[in-house]
Amino acid sequence: MSYLKPLFKHPRLPKNKLGYTLKEYEGSLSTLCAGCGHDSISAAIVQACYEMSVEPHKVAKISGIGCSSKTPTYFLGNSHGFNSVHGRMPSVATGASMANKDLLYFGVSGDGDSASIGMGQFVHVIRRNLNMVYIVMNNGCYGLTKGQDSATADQGSKSKAGSINPFQAIDLASMAIELGASFVAQSFSGDKQQLVPLIKAAMQHKGFAFLNVISPCVTFNNNPGSTKSYDYVREHIEATSTLDFVPEMPEIKASYESGQSTSLALHDGSLVQLNKLATDWDPENRISAVNALQQARAKQEILTGLLYVNSEWKDLHGVLNTYHMPLNRLDESDLCPGEENLLSINASYR
Amino acid sequence: MKPTNTQNPEYYHKVVDCQYACPAHTPVPEYIRLIAAEKYTEAYMVNWESNVFPGILGRTCDRPCEPACRRVRVEEEPVAICRLKRVAADNKGDVKQYMPQGPFTPNGKKVCLIGGGPASLTVARDLAPLGYEIHLYDEQIAGGGMMRSQIPSFRLPEEVLNEEVNYILDMGIQTQFLTYVDSLKSILSKNYDAVFVGTGAPKGRDLPKLPGRKEGDKFIHIGIEWLAGVAFEHNKSIGKRVIVLGGGNTAMDCCRTSRRLGGKEVKVVVRSPFEDMKASPWEKEDALHEDIQIIDNHVPLSFEVLNGKLIGMKFQKVKALYDENGKRSLLPTGESDVLIEADEVLIAIGQENSFPWIERDLGLEFDQWNMPVVDKLTFQSTHPKVFFGGDAAFGPENVITAVAHGHQAAVSIHLFCEGKNLRERPSPYTNLVSQKMGIHEWSYDSGIAIDQRFVVPQAEKAITLKDRKKEVELGFDVQTAFKETQRCLNCDVQTVFTADRCIECDACMDVCPTSCITFTANAEEPELRQKLLVPAENHTQDLLVSEGLKTGRVMVKDEDVCLHCGLCAERCPTSAWDMQKFLYSVTKAYQMPEPLPQISK
Repeated sequence: MSYLKPLFKHPRLPKNKLGYTLKEYEGSLSTLCAGCGHDSISAAIVQACYEMSVEPHKVAKISGIGCSSKTPTYFLGNSHGFNSVHGRMPSVATGASMANKDLLYFGVSGDGDSASIGMGQFVHVIRRNLNMVYIVMNNGCYGLTKGQDSATADQGSKSKAGSINPFQAIDLASMAIELGASFVAQSFSGDKQQLVPLIKAAMQHKGFAFLNVISPCVTFNNNPGSTKSYDYVREHIEATSTLDFVPEMPEIKASYESGQSTSLALHDGSLVQLNKLATDWDPENRISAVNALQQARAKQEILTGLLYVNSEWKDLHGVLNTYHMPLNRLDESDLCPGEENLLSINASYR
Repeated sequence: MKPTNTQNPEYYHKVVDCQYACPAHTPVPEYIRLIAAEKYTEAYMVNWESNVFPGILGRTCDRPCEPACRRVRVEEEPVAICRLKRVAADNKGDVKQYMPQGPFTPNGKKVCLIGGGPASLTVARDLAPLGYEIHLYDEQIAGGGMMRSQIPSFRLPEEVLNEEVNYILDMGIQTQFLTYVDSLKSILSKNYDAVFVGTGAPKGRDLPKLPGRKEGDKFIHIGIEWLAGVAFEHNKSIGKRVIVLGGGNTAMDCCRTSRRLGGKEVKVVVRSPFEDMKASPWEKEDALHEDIQIIDNHVPLSFEVLNGKLIGMKFQKVKALYDENGKRSLLPTGESDVLIEADEVLIAIGQENSFPWIERDLGLEFDQWNMPVVDKLTFQSTHPKVFFGGDAAFGPENVITAVAHGHQAAVSIHLFCEGKNLRERPSPYTNLVSQKMGIHEWSYDSGIAIDQRFVVPQAEKAITLKDRKKEVELGFDVQTAFKETQRCLNCDVQTVFTADRCIECDACMDVCPTSCITFTANAEEPELRQKLLVPAENHTQDLLVSEGLKTGRVMVKDEDVCLHCGLCAERCPTSAWDMQKFLYSVTKAYQMPEPLPQISK
């Protein structure tokens, strides 16, 4: 088995604004099963960061435990990383963000890591609207321990061994909207055309950006009867919209049909260009987003695309009104006002 | 685009750039792997089956394979294919046991070969095992043709030449050396079933109209004639100051030989700019290394003779201008003419065919340039019994081209003698075998070495310049050879795609280190080439397009910079990708029963 990637690259590989090629955003060779959906998501993250000309040293990847949580090794090899305790990625991410708010935080988790052992952490990080991209690589099973049903496995889904899952599934996207996540999207590892712009928009969103990505487990959950297999997902996929992320303000073109095309502005003025496919859906309205999700579920469809976005809410730093500089960059001169100042402060209380 | 038809053997053949570029289509990666496995005998036989003269070509080949090497497209230097071939020859064991073993049962047919060079010898090798009685005529003292008379011993030791020529002659070829054939009519009257003409391009070009040519004749020689004189030991010395005219490999051989026969100040003077010289870059390098001065952009004006003795040559200085089509013209710079002093001059400005011995009333047509009319596919002349090959067929080329001609001419002669249609040629021998040994295991070494090309060591100049028979290149030692073999990208191990197994998980596209694979909507070729992850701008390389996939897309692979690392197949969950070794052996009159020996551990 190959364990090293060849160092040669395509001689005409394009470069981004920083002069980097896609290669500079890759990680080591994946040790996940061949064909794992997680590898596609890793590749989508690589593609998004490359296209956004992100400086690799300004990114931190934080994960918990599980197949999904191994993936940070396989992308952004030149960025910071922290592989934490099972289900505790949100705590570590919160701590890191508190210390240095200048980094871009990628939280990578799985359905077990987020919907089971880490549910408590998941809920609270949403409540706090931490400024991060939270990706759940959702395959509906515990791949690392041979494919037992996870909490996101759909009721009635058949496992590789043939048993039918008797329990209701936790719908992470609905839950995130319910809990007040300010950016919620759903996608499929096999659809990079949708996933890459979603990741780009999530990176640019200031606040908690949640991406629930269906990612088939080729080894344990890609069998007929499973609702998380490549074939099932492709047959039941339904998109809210086709979308494109535009990092800067574009010229307004009249070619979009009215009523079909919408632009959503994010905090920094960048735009998410949507070409709506679903009717009666407004991505800035929580009720409409939840409705769309529930309707899709009733039709046994998997609704993908951008579901909900709110650019008004403040993120955790905004709520706490923290200092404009990252805390880890404050040195003694910033933190200690000096004897003279201390005396005058003290004097003011006398 | 339509799905690629990989059933056509030429598709995968073209992917093996080196083999495709080789006129004889030697399976290069196959023998390089054998060398890596220390199977030098087998590596030699893979070569011998295909190019007949591995030891000779491993030293002297023009290497059309090397500029084609895929390595050039991902780094700078190609694999040292030619010198690895020599490693196989240098370290081989008993190869004779694998060669066709005579005596062969006669088939009652007689074939005459005129000329004993590489083309004729190839025909002899291919026809002898089929039972043909073969008569070979050559004017020289032994077989080998220009390989003996024109390639100096410091590049090709006589033992190597004799050994490989004798492998063929020992197959029961009836030779008549020191016999100049002066009439094709008399040969045809001997009732041969077929006659093959492999007489090369034996006439060196002269400069008869240049002033002083006649007066200085004693000191002016034709390059190839002079080299033959050296090889057969008629010429043992040369003046101290020598001018060699010409910029090809013969000129390089002339100047380097001069240095060994007493030439102290040897100058190559050439009309064209240095970069445009026809000589192979490594030949020029070797000449410069031996203190030979190469003076470019000088057009010869006259031989300067004083009191019956050559004193030098006059040249006009020119510069090269290129029009928009890249066509070159040499314009005088206007500077005054230059006199270069010399004791002797060697003219090595090209060579020509010459057929004074072929009567023009035999039904064998000649064209306006006095060249025989020869069919490009069958090598048959307009006289059905007479076939041509090597330089004699279409003008001067090189040894490996002569071998390629020889194989095809032998096929034609065999078909002709069997009364069959010469245009219905048997298919090449091909095979496609999976290299899969386990889930992620391949039977070839799929790792990609990033080493730069290794340099072949040379003997000390002080020693080689004293002895014209002392070989300059020492060849790779086996350790370095091994490292060099690891640079080979195994382009013959094909990425074979089966569309109906693909689940479109994108794993191959994500992992491919050189971004060759794209899943996209189909389109016509020009558009499709632009739609790939990295646009496919090298149009000499094909696209592998799959059948339609479930989502309606197609898999498109740009063959251009594929490293054949097997990662696509390793990361494929359904074995839609497989790495399969493609073997292509050119059609030959006598196909060896086991054309390529397998690696057995």
